Amino acid sequence: MASFKPTKIQVYPKLGEKVTQDTLYWKNYKAPLHIKEFGAITNIDFSPVAPHNFAVTAFTRIHIYGPFSQEPVKSFTRFKDTAYCGRFRSDGQLLVAGCEDSVVRLFDVSGKVALRMFKGHTKAVHVTDFISDRYQILTGSDDYTCRLWDLPNATELNTYQEHTDYIRCGVASKLNRDLFITGSYDHTLKLFDARVDKSVMTMDHGQPVESLLLYPSEGLLVSAGGRYVKVWDLLKGGQPLVSLKNHHKTVTSLCLSSSGQRLLSASLDRHVKVYNTTNYKVVHNFDYAASILSLALAPDDESIVVGMTNSILSVKHRKSLEDSKEISGQQRRRPLYRVFVKGKNPVPKQDDYLVSKPVKQHLAKYDKQLKKFNVTKALDTALETWTRHRKPEITVAVMKELDRRGTLKNALAGRDEQALARLLNFLIGNVVDPRFAPVLVIAAEMILDIYRSVIGQSPVVDRQLLRLQELLEKEIDFQQDLLEVMGMLDTMFASSFPRMEVPCPGISRANGLAGGDGITSRPQIQAT
Amino acid sequence: MVGHGDIRVVHRGGSKINSRQPVITQDSRFLLCASGECVKVFSTSTEECVHDLRGHTDAVTGVLLKPSNHLQAYSCSADGTVRLWDFTEGIHIKTYVIGYPVYSIYASAHHGGVIFVVTPMLNDKRSEVFQLVAVHLPQSGDQLVEALELSAVISDVSSNPAANCFGKGGEFIASAKGLHLEVFFFKKQKSYRFSLKEDNKKGGKNTFMCVACHQKEDCIATGHEDGKIRLWRNFNHKKEYTYSTLHWHHSAVSSLCFTPEGTNLLSGGLESVLVQWRYNQESQRDFLPRLGSAITHIAVSPDGALFCTSHSDNKITIIQSSVKVSAVIQGLVKGESVRTDLMVDPRSKSLVLNGKPGQLQFYSLQRDKLLYNLDIVQQEYIHESGLEQFEVVKAAFDASGSWMATVEERNQKAAELELNLKLWAFDEQTQSFVLNTTISTPHEARITDMCFCHAADSQTTMLVSTSKDGHFKAWQLSAAAHTEDEGPSWSCDFVGAYHSLVPERCCFSADGSLLAVSFQEVVTVWSPASWELLTTLSQPPQAIRDLCFGRLSCSKYLLGTTASKLLCCWNLLTCSLEWSTTMDVSLLLADPLTENMAAFCFQAGGTDLFVFKPSEPRPLFSHKAVCSGKVTRAIFSPREEMLESCEESSQWLNRSQLHFLTQYMDLMTFTTKAEEDRLLASSRQLVVDDSVAMTPFYLLLGKHRQQETEDAVSSSLSSDTVPQSSAAIKQLLQTPAHVMPSTSYLCSMFVQSLLISVTDTREENKHAEEKMDSEREEEDSEEEMEPSNPRPQQASEACSLTKAQLRELRRVRKQDHSWSAGFL
Repeated sequence: MASFKPTKIQVYPKLGEKVTQDTLYWKNYKAPLHIKEFGAITNIDFSPVAPHNFAVTAFTRIHIYGPFSQEPVKSFTRFKDTAYCGRFRSDGQLLVAGCEDSVVRLFDVSGKVALRMFKGHTKAVHVTDFISDRYQILTGSDDYTCRLWDLPNATELNTYQEHTDYIRCGVASKLNRDLFITGSYDHTLKLFDARVDKSVMTMDHGQPVESLLLYPSEGLLVSAGGRYVKVWDLLKGGQPLVSLKNHHKTVTSLCLSSSGQRLLSASLDRHVKVYNTTNYKVVHNFDYAASILSLALAPDDESIVVGMTNSILSVKHRKSLEDSKEISGQQRRRPLYRVFVKGKNPVPKQDDYLVSKPVKQHLAKYDKQLKKFNVTKALDTALETWTRHRKPEITVAVMKELDRRGTLKNALAGRDEQALARLLNFLIGNVVDPRFAPVLVIAAEMILDIYRSVIGQSPVVDRQLLRLQELLEKEIDFQQDLLEVMGMLDTMFASSFPRMEVPCPGISRANGLAGGDGITSRPQIQAT
Repeated sequence: MVGHGDIRVVHRGGSKINSRQPVITQDSRFLLCASGECVKVFSTSTEECVHDLRGHTDAVTGVLLKPSNHLQAYSCSADGTVRLWDFTEGIHIKTYVIGYPVYSIYASAHHGGVIFVVTPMLNDKRSEVFQLVAVHLPQSGDQLVEALELSAVISDVSSNPAANCFGKGGEFIASAKGLHLEVFFFKKQKSYRFSLKEDNKKGGKNTFMCVACHQKEDCIATGHEDGKIRLWRNFNHKKEYTYSTLHWHHSAVSSLCFTPEGTNLLSGGLESVLVQWRYNQESQRDFLPRLGSAITHIAVSPDGALFCTSHSDNKITIIQSSVKVSAVIQGLVKGESVRTDLMVDPRSKSLVLNGKPGQLQFYSLQRDKLLYNLDIVQQEYIHESGLEQFEVVKAAFDASGSWMATVEERNQKAAELELNLKLWAFDEQTQSFVLNTTISTPHEARITDMCFCHAADSQTTMLVSTSKDGHFKAWQLSAAAHTEDEGPSWSCDFVGAYHSLVPERCCFSADGSLLAVSFQEVVTVWSPASWELLTTLSQPPQAIRDLCFGRLSCSKYLLGTTASKLLCCWNLLTCSLEWSTTMDVSLLLADPLTENMAAFCFQAGGTDLFVFKPSEPRPLFSHKAVCSGKVTRAIFSPREEMLESCEESSQWLNRSQLHFLTQYMDLMTFTTKAEEDRLLASSRQLVVDDSVAMTPFYLLLGKHRQQETEDAVSSSLSSDTVPQSSAAIKQLLQTPAHVMPSTSYLCSMFVQSLLISVTDTREENKHAEEKMDSEREEEDSEEEMEPSNPRPQQASEACSLTKAQLRELRRVRKQDHSWSAGFL
């Protein structure tokens, strides 16, 4: 005796992006906090020491925010013109910033007035950074030069005039006090060594370089410019490793996650993309409201800070453990393990006579009713509110099964106003869904056949029937439009495929079917 | 034309076992049932066929235990004889010649020396009118006895064996036909007739279907076409008879049976539910639902401990009286038609075809046994006439047997066609196919053909399906896109069309580099690597019916048959027609192991077979009038061991066998004379033990007995009776016990070797076998033992060792036990 075969519920592929470990990680942030600044935010820098304040450079000010504050804990406003590139020293005590007026200013984080002013550049200074020995700074300017300055006596140590265009990005090595790299709008990246007075390595990015990033090991260099993000191997003499083209506008900012496993790039196309640094595939994507100019990640990925052209600073904080615990606490508590295994594992003694108990097959409620041929009840069960809303495929599968058994009509007939209204509601909600349409159209036709005689007796049912009619008319129009589009596309495809001559033997040429041009169409992916 | 030689067309297995009511023996150990021209004796516990009682020359129409001796059984046949058998030994005892075709047989313990048979009216053999005749069996010692003493009991009876039944103590016999029930009392020599109206008020039909009599009380139960059961009492009066009605079945009751004590009444019908009614408490019923298919017969063992039901799908179910199924004996399922082609599973070498509704059956040709049914549709089957069901219409295997594709469809009148393409992966663990991918509506219209790419070495597996919607699609196995938890699944790789013609057939070349798709009268040849159309071939004016690539050395040829009775052979190197002949080929197929092709031609009501090589338009073999009617399904199945035939005409049968299905769904095959002789020799052997299945243990025993009397005759029974006769097992069985490792060490290895091992261990086995073969060649050929020969011998004591045995012992002692590693 075979056991009852339960109704097969069709599994439909889930649409949308697939859930991976990365999406779970990067989605685990709270709703963003928006802070309005005075102008486009060009740079964000995190303090290397706890509590990891961050400096936001926007228009003529630099604001320092605490990790959870919405108001700036400190602001530097003594700039004559637009400020650029506010950066912390490795001890978090000093901050350096360039300015449109070509003066570089050095601030004490606790003070207000500039400690030092470095004058010497002739044009706007877009790049400033501390050298790893903490007593020198590096600047890069629109006058095509980059300079090294001594902090204690504010004198210029060296000038490098190798770039032929604006210098817009630069980074100093954190491991070696003599090395720094600059990127310029002349499409090149140059590695300078302070000991030899000239560049030691030049790499061609191919586009105006907007941002630079060194890996913690400093073996790899990432540059962004145009739509490209390129990775260079410094240990192999600046050999390009990969070129990524995942944005469709200029990439403006780069940043590495705390583990060094993920690379983030921000672009004017309003996206932040997360790459896996082992295979350089995009694993996640963030959308923002406006073009992004600057991006920074707090240590341990605690927060993502993004500055945009519309002068809005967006701060996303990571969900704490308690938050995620709260969610798991909401799940239904299952019986204890002990309750489950109770009486399940007695060991038979030697002389015991074992009576095998047939394993009870678990069936869903509608299956139990189908097994007893209670068709109306089975349909009622499948139309229960929860099932109907959350799992419409179950309801449709039961209807399909009833149709296969030839008893759908019996199950649909003999319903009162309320039950019929519920059924029609379900139809209105799902009849145009292409996954369910073949079954539901049959059911709708049957309902109309059965209840034709009582139309006009109930206002509720009548209203729903009118809605159904409206819906179907709309759907028919929509399908017609789609067909028209298909026709247009077909002609385009046909013209884009080259016609090819096929060699054929003489016999086939005789019957008029010669010159076969195989019509090939694109493979279509089927739902599995 | 080449002559027939000694090749004959024979029936090949798969005969019906559900045509007549089966009989359970007194001790409930055996089950006898009529199967084609023989009676089969099955063991009720192991489901194995113990004996074939052969002798009748026409279909067996009834089996009956001899009332006076429960170890003997009668069988009657349409050849006009009744035979008496000793079924425990499988020995034919006597033949009684009746002279008229016998359609059913009855006997009662209270009528000694008399059997009752149903024959056509004596005066003319062809008539549709039957009568019940009492036959007095003459007491004679001869094997062949002519029974001349016939006396008619009831004239005009139904030929259905279930329509007649003996009553309590053999006092009366009840017979039903149409709307009449006739009861004949032997003592009074008088019969009573009861009639029912044609239709009752509700339109139910009252026609009698079957009759059963209570063995302790005067009560007759009758089953009717509208599903009612009537219990008749007080029927020894013309007028005062009474009946009560029981109704549960919704369609005709096809079988009824009382238990021997009369406490229960069993009934069954189309619903495939066995209903057990309590006698006198009819409101209490027990049900045994979902028995698979309609019940045709019910039988009860004489002690009432076992029931058995025959089903319309050629199955006998044995049920314990506690209403629990204990065994199922399944024969080859025959539907009205085979929608899928005949196929051979490359792994098990079994024949695969449609079986039960929505299932595929795997049938072992060598052992004439149904291996298993695979449920394709996986839906509850509703037993109701007139309901449109899902049917498996196409199936295909890939070359290694690791993938199977099936198409099921359900065609409703109003709604659109429902189509599902399913792809099944072979699972090594469970040794069966597991569903991998379901593609609903793969095409918009019916699928006309489907084939796998046959190249064994190709990296990707590819399936091509052609459909009436004018497209053909290539499906390919691809890894899951994102997540690792899902395995690889199938997706569409390419959609092709040609001038919006309907593709009918598709075929891959032997190396998988070419795909030929026929679009009506045009054959298009595509390259599956780039999906380019390479060339077109055609032979107007009629559409292509069949398409087939040559194999091996002939793989450059493409053969096609057209509806206009033309067989064409194209050479693909020159893209030109090589040759063509005029013949109405209904089926063209290629032998996968040789270059040979077989063409079945329909001619003047019969079918002829031509076997040829594509390289030359001259037949190697031809056979006129293979059968009547058209042959549309056939298959080459590989042989387990090659035949060594030198004759030119039968050489094509050396490596594979050709099986085909006739119009009437009979499975036929071609055999050579040598093969038949061998089969006869092996069937002559006596079988000793009752229900001992053919196991290596049994062989061990048989071998032991045989060794004692050195018999030179070695009938070459093929090793296919042994589940797994690897050389390692042979070695184990030959080696004396005292030189072997301890039993506890061997046992687990031995049991493991009987299981079907996973592939890598199988390879290991192979290595071990090869090693042993070379070992054995070194030995002298003195000990030519056939270990798989299960011929038991009388035990004659041979205490002293013979010379040969001594030598063997010495050899064995020298041997190392490395072969035992082969078990692992």
